[in-house]
Amino acid sequence: MALSTPGASNASSSRPFDTVAALKESAVVAAMVFVLAIGLLGFHIEDVTGGLELVTRFDAVAVAVVLGFCGRLALIALREGRPLPVVLTAGPIGLALIAVLLYVQISGDQGAVRWLPFGSVVMDWVVGIAVIGFALRALLGIWRSTDMRSAEERDAAMDRFGAQVQRVARVLGPFLLGFAVILPFLPGVDRRLLDIGTLVLTYVMLGWGLNIVVGLAGLLDLGYVAFYAVGAYSYALLATHFGLSFWVCLPFAGIMSAFAGILLGFPVLRLRGDYLAIVTLGFGEMIRIILLNWYQFTNGPDGISGIPRPSFFGLPFKHYAAEGVTTFHQFFGLPFAPIHRIMFLYYVILVMALITNLVTLRIRKLPIGRGWEALREDEIACRSLGINPRNTKLTAFAMGAMFGGFGGAFFATRLGFISPESFTFIESAVILAIVVLGGMGSQIGVVFGAVLLIGLPEMFRELSQYRMLAFGAAMVTIMVWRPRGLLAHREPTLRLGEPPPPATAKGAE
Amino acid sequence: MGYFLQQLINGLTLGMVYGLIAIGYTMVYGIIGMINFAHGEIFMIGAFVSIITFLLLGILGVTWIPLALLIVLIVTMVLTSAYGWTLERVAYRPLRGSTRLAPLITAIGMSIFFQNYVMLLQGARVRPMQPLITGGFHFFKHSNFVVTLSYLQIFIVVLTVVLMLVFTYLISHTALGRAQRACEQDLKMASLVGIDVNRTISMTFIIGSALASVAGLMFLLNYGVIDFYIGFVAGIKAFTAAVLGGIGSLPGAMLGGLAIGLIEAFWSGYFTVEYKDVAAFAILVLVLIFRPTGMLGKPDVEKV
Repeated sequence: MALSTPGASNASSSRPFDTVAALKESAVVAAMVFVLAIGLLGFHIEDVTGGLELVTRFDAVAVAVVLGFCGRLALIALREGRPLPVVLTAGPIGLALIAVLLYVQISGDQGAVRWLPFGSVVMDWVVGIAVIGFALRALLGIWRSTDMRSAEERDAAMDRFGAQVQRVARVLGPFLLGFAVILPFLPGVDRRLLDIGTLVLTYVMLGWGLNIVVGLAGLLDLGYVAFYAVGAYSYALLATHFGLSFWVCLPFAGIMSAFAGILLGFPVLRLRGDYLAIVTLGFGEMIRIILLNWYQFTNGPDGISGIPRPSFFGLPFKHYAAEGVTTFHQFFGLPFAPIHRIMFLYYVILVMALITNLVTLRIRKLPIGRGWEALREDEIACRSLGINPRNTKLTAFAMGAMFGGFGGAFFATRLGFISPESFTFIESAVILAIVVLGGMGSQIGVVFGAVLLIGLPEMFRELSQYRMLAFGAAMVTIMVWRPRGLLAHREPTLRLGEPPPPATAKGAE
Repeated sequence: MGYFLQQLINGLTLGMVYGLIAIGYTMVYGIIGMINFAHGEIFMIGAFVSIITFLLLGILGVTWIPLALLIVLIVTMVLTSAYGWTLERVAYRPLRGSTRLAPLITAIGMSIFFQNYVMLLQGARVRPMQPLITGGFHFFKHSNFVVTLSYLQIFIVVLTVVLMLVFTYLISHTALGRAQRACEQDLKMASLVGIDVNRTISMTFIIGSALASVAGLMFLLNYGVIDFYIGFVAGIKAFTAAVLGGIGSLPGAMLGGLAIGLIEAFWSGYFTVEYKDVAAFAILVLVLIFRPTGMLGKPDVEKV
């Protein structure tokens, strides 16, 4: 994690270590941490009858300051090529902390908690893991001098890694797919894991849909959740008012969302980059506010409940079917189990996601797909070559929106209940983060991004309080570490002549 | 007439708050060409630091309101600008010269982080505060609608005007302001003539955050309730204001803020309160379609 300016990491270990300067720098950081912490961490507002009261937490501030000081010192030592002291100090401290934590966890002896520096066990874990991380990083520095490499070299190395992953992905893809297909039948896979799998696949699909708009066409869309919402409400309203089934409504949901995409896309086509981002964000919020306030149509904040579940070619997943209807388990002669529906939903979203992927991959090879990518690279050149930017952008918007709508319809049928609460800006941000963190335009990157951002936090649901905090921090850390995404390497779709040697292919514009 | 005047007063007061936040957006956009998406959260942190300082002063026994306000103003400006500085240092500086999308993602990440940080530390519930400045002038006492100009509104307007004067002086007459204007024109050129670009950008974030924290204080005094989520909507509206006024233009940000405040007040007054945010966003879309440079912005020439 090189938060310092690049170039400084190039220091040679033969240079004398300037202890005074290091201490001074660490002291500055500690002072900064103090200023940051004293206000919000040092005082806590408590509700008491008749007003508010302040509770002080100066011990937490002190700990934060010490951590800031030590952390900075360790970073400087690593930067200057002095990993040994870091290993010798951070290693034992981290191990001791983790040991106490494990002891508390296993024995349940709460008396040992007083040996921990923080009031909260979660914070202790975070700090313990961070300290161990420092030690391991330093150990790595001793083992082979990675700190000697400059930022560019590291970037190039990661680029090669990304290219390798993408090459491997061609082989790995079928295996991943096979794993996804047999996942529900694997031993040890319970309902909770399947639910997480379904959720991850939903986001994979949404990510692939948004990838058309952001990754291929280069249009920064911060309001993708609007189309998700349109799809979900289209299905919910059609199903509850007209009694149509999921499979009949699914195309309608997609078409409605595609229309919404064109409708929203039309006025904003002239805008570029950040402006487009903000306007799409505004549209997303507008849709949400309308859903929230148009009681007669959308039932407002109460949402729509009792949305019908999908059936398996007309066979419902119910224990006791209505008159004259055969249920799934009756038809196949199985004992009734609620897991059947969960498995079915899992396969539905898997197939939907795969269709999204297939369509995207095929369409990239069509003139329109090439047009998207060309438009992303240079709009003016496109125009002079006779590509109609308006139609090209609109199709990208409509395609992306359509898959968002499919995802929304699935979301509605999976939960059986929707309300505007589910379609806040944070959803758009999460989907965009999946696309960008994975590496824009990379299909396999979206899968990695979704597993990383949705699967992992879902696994740690017990830490729900800290989940979003860690999520935001992870977004920043990954982006700072890999500004172009984890698997950012991008092969040109078409190339004239021989490919240039990879060393000259430098990314930063 | 009285109703109209009341909405005008309310809208102008609200507009001042938006304008102060919008300056932070427009300055950052002018210099490094990115939307500081987490700026709304800085405003929210400013409001929280303010309420904590007020409570602390209450415990310490500082009851003379002008003195309390002054102390709170200084404390919140200092503590909040530290957050702005850290934001730039951690999330934006390592990505300078990177792709255009990267800082936007870190900005969203920081925004999520700050929201949850405040929620964890200060609780998710709405924090109410006793009104500090009460009373005001009343007009049209004999008609059926009494127009009120509260002391609080006067305080907000005066404070904004004073801050704007100081800020204008800072930009137009000091070495720092000169450096900022140079960086706005050409970052690389400015560094070639010996301007410490990193320091200038850091100062930009500090100034922007200080102004946003004052807006947070005003929001707290005006509405009396805050929670960890206020930064999002206020941030979007302030950004709308910055775009409306012409992004990159400092007087434009204030003008845009006033315009958004007035639109919101009149929309809530004459139409429906529920859709006031829709109105603000619709204005943003319309401005961007018909006059993308805003009211005072320079036309953006696309270079090949």
